[in-house]
Amino acid sequence: MTPLLEIRGLDVEFATDEGVVSAVDGIDLGVGRGEVLGLVGESGSGKSVTALAVFRLIRPPGRIVRGTIRFEGRDLLLLPEDEMRRVRGAQISMVFQSPRTALNPLLPVGRQIARLYALHQGCAPAEAHRRTLEMLGLVGIPEPERRARQYAHQLSGGTCQRVMIAMALATSPRLLIADEPTTGLDVSIAAQILDLLRDLGPRTGASIVLITHDLAVVAGLCDRVAVMHAGQLVECADVRTLFREPAHPYTRALVRSIPRVDREATMEPVPGAVPSLLAAPPGCRYAERCPEVLDTCRRTRPAPIALGPRHEVACHAVEAARAAAPRR
Amino acid sequence: MSTLASGSAEGVAGRRGRAAVAWRRLSRNSLSLAALAAIVAIIVLALAAPLVAPWDPDAPSAEDVLQAPGWRHWLGTDIYGRDQLSRIVWAARVDLLVALAATAMALTAGCVLGALAGYRGGLVDQAVMRAVDTIMAFPAFILAMGITAAAGNATANVVLAIAITHVPIYTRLIRSEMLRVREMEYAEAARTVGNPQRRIIFYHLLPNCFPPVIVQATLAMGFAILTVAALSFIGLGIQPPQSEWGAMTAEGASYIVSGEWWIFLFPGLAIMVTVLAFNLVGDTLRDLLDPRMRGVV
Repeated sequence: MTPLLEIRGLDVEFATDEGVVSAVDGIDLGVGRGEVLGLVGESGSGKSVTALAVFRLIRPPGRIVRGTIRFEGRDLLLLPEDEMRRVRGAQISMVFQSPRTALNPLLPVGRQIARLYALHQGCAPAEAHRRTLEMLGLVGIPEPERRARQYAHQLSGGTCQRVMIAMALATSPRLLIADEPTTGLDVSIAAQILDLLRDLGPRTGASIVLITHDLAVVAGLCDRVAVMHAGQLVECADVRTLFREPAHPYTRALVRSIPRVDREATMEPVPGAVPSLLAAPPGCRYAERCPEVLDTCRRTRPAPIALGPRHEVACHAVEAARAAAPRR
Repeated sequence: MSTLASGSAEGVAGRRGRAAVAWRRLSRNSLSLAALAAIVAIIVLALAAPLVAPWDPDAPSAEDVLQAPGWRHWLGTDIYGRDQLSRIVWAARVDLLVALAATAMALTAGCVLGALAGYRGGLVDQAVMRAVDTIMAFPAFILAMGITAAAGNATANVVLAIAITHVPIYTRLIRSEMLRVREMEYAEAARTVGNPQRRIIFYHLLPNCFPPVIVQATLAMGFAILTVAALSFIGLGIQPPQSEWGAMTAEGASYIVSGEWWIFLFPGLAIMVTVLAFNLVGDTLRDLLDPRMRGVV
């Protein structure tokens, strides 16, 4: 079966006054039907840019330089703008990081959801309103009639995020992209929101791409994880495999940086900082931070190699180690 | 769900509290309260002119020529014996209406141009802003004079002239607000759900640009009234026999030396009070709206 979303060789650049910043560099990424994929990386690793590229909403000075984004068999990058608009919100939708600022402050939240039914399903106002209330109930908002009439500033952060999720799922999209959906929320509310996503994903049949820098969230929610570093995809694996046998030095460092209370091991931060993406060197962008760096790392970009059925890693050091010690 | 309940309670209280705070601040400032009252009074007088004005504003009367203020004519009469009070009240209609129409026109044009320039950027922005700069290169009053002089001084042309001189103010203001608002997350959200660009600009984003525009429009109303009066004063605005404050002041000006001070004084006062009131209310609105509306998270 072909994957729902298949990104191939995606390059996104931003033209700044200092020069061209390569924010996403040759990413290959697939999302299966009904799958929950975690997209992990530090701030500035290109996670959100990748998400916006799927919506084809990279705004100047940014642009998608090359690549294909196939969704349901169609290359989104080749669609005319008005067809792309029918994909946005109807088949692919987005949940934002700070729910309160992602809702229009001057429109009642119910109106913002009802709008989607009118826009994408041609519903009459009464029907759109009825479905809106139904949707608000589905995401666990009590008294939907009253909430629908309220404005974002009258709702708590958790309720705003529930509204955002209701809005994102309103038109039964095939793919939901959640960009750090719990970052602005306190821990107990964040847990409720994650439960909601875990519950609603399968129920509506939507695949979910969960963008986060929190590996604990990934462990609890995702089927598969893709790790990004400085605009490059370094490793992609099942969630169990990734936590048990992280292959890429960066993934290993990330996993080691999770605080553990059940072990003596102290938590280790990932050394170094995300390198500047301005005039980035041709090789692996993790080379400057990598403890296992080889000469080739700085010169050529590592190609992804398969370690297992659903485990790919792009690293010269891993490749060299496998070549030196062929599998027993 | 206690968090949800408490959240909403806060929200509602916050909303009422905000209105209450606004009213408390306004009522503490007796000057702005007086200004607001003055504007309301002038509008009511203008609307009720046929009922309020004691005399026909345009009917000359030979026996009442150049009467000083008194019981029969509270604010005196002019050289044709027309009642000054009645003329001032009727003139309020013209002055307010012309200023309002001009402001509405300029605001509409400014919203469309500023919103497009700010949101689209690039060539659209360049074209709009250079056009606006061209208008701004002329002193506003000289430009208004030029337009009425060239197009003929019908009331519609006066409105148009003032509107054109005011368009740059709104265009620049809305453009700068749009530059801020278009980067907000709700703008991104509006894009990701597939709204057409027109709707994103004019339905989702433009209303969020309004707070400073409301302030500017109030201040500009005062300025527009002043411009109508000034144009009429030099004979390029509203034409006689229609009574208009600036024209009346001009008629009265030639009688200052001969002692008939009431002819120019009262219409002049009407201009001053009205313009001052609009400016004071505009300033108060700025104090009330700006910090809180910009600070909303």
